[in-house]
Amino acid sequence: MAFVVSFIILFVFWMFLSGRFDYFHLSLGIISCAIVAHASHDLLFKDIRAKNRHIEVIRFIKYLPWLFYQIVLANIHVAYLVLHPRTLKLIDPHIIRFKTGLRKDLSLVTFGNSITLTPGTITVLIKEGHYYVHAIDRFVAEGLPGDMEKMVGHIYMED
Amino acid sequence: MSIAAILLLSAGTFFFATGVIGFLRFPDFYSRMHATGKGDTLGAVLMLAGLALYNLDGGFSLGNLLVSMKLLFIGVFWFLANPTATHAILRAAFDSGLMPWTKDGKPVIEWPPKSQEDT
Repeated sequence: MAFVVSFIILFVFWMFLSGRFDYFHLSLGIISCAIVAHASHDLLFKDIRAKNRHIEVIRFIKYLPWLFYQIVLANIHVAYLVLHPRTLKLIDPHIIRFKTGLRKDLSLVTFGNSITLTPGTITVLIKEGHYYVHAIDRFVAEGLPGDMEKMVGHIYMED
Repeated sequence: MSIAAILLLSAGTFFFATGVIGFLRFPDFYSRMHATGKGDTLGAVLMLAGLALYNLDGGFSLGNLLVSMKLLFIGVFWFLANPTATHAILRAAFDSGLMPWTKDGKPVIEWPPKSQEDT
């Protein structure tokens, strides 16, 4: 099962990248995709038998527009800070620490990347269930962890 | 279509430029990563989207569509990899014991954090 799914994904990706649809290139693709899928199928889909995987994918895709909106906000925020004539007075960077309720690796990674991409905060370290986040000023530091942790937990069904 | 491509490209250039200016103006390593980690992500994604649109200007042939798809794939991988790379660089800075810059020169929390177990 994992072999078939990874073979299909790899082969579609092969066709995108090669762009040639004659027998020679397609058969080359089949051979190399079969070798790679055989070698790495247990790597790509470690827990494919986990239930409701498709719900996670759909929820993740729903999460992406909100994340992109946050990225635009973050960039405007950074641009404002950078182009302000008195940058050093405006910023007040420090590191904050908070405990997280998330447990799965994938949700920890998603939450860490989301923190990095939202305004004024970047993840420095995840250690023993605590996030260490560098915040550029006090205002954004007080907003953490906020709704985002709940959203990420909702995606990976940890609520 | 080329107008939209020009708009996307100039917005991407603007965010790259703010990333570089922020890199020069911010006081320490950690806050510099704020400028570069975010500006690069949006800048690169916007520029790649602009290039994909500009490439489609020559008509919707199969070759053009494939090239645009490849450009968008680069954007997706960039979007996944850049925050992770930012985190990896910051982790390296933490491991080498770099203190973050603060206004009064004191860390707000205990830094570097002591762990309950030795790691």
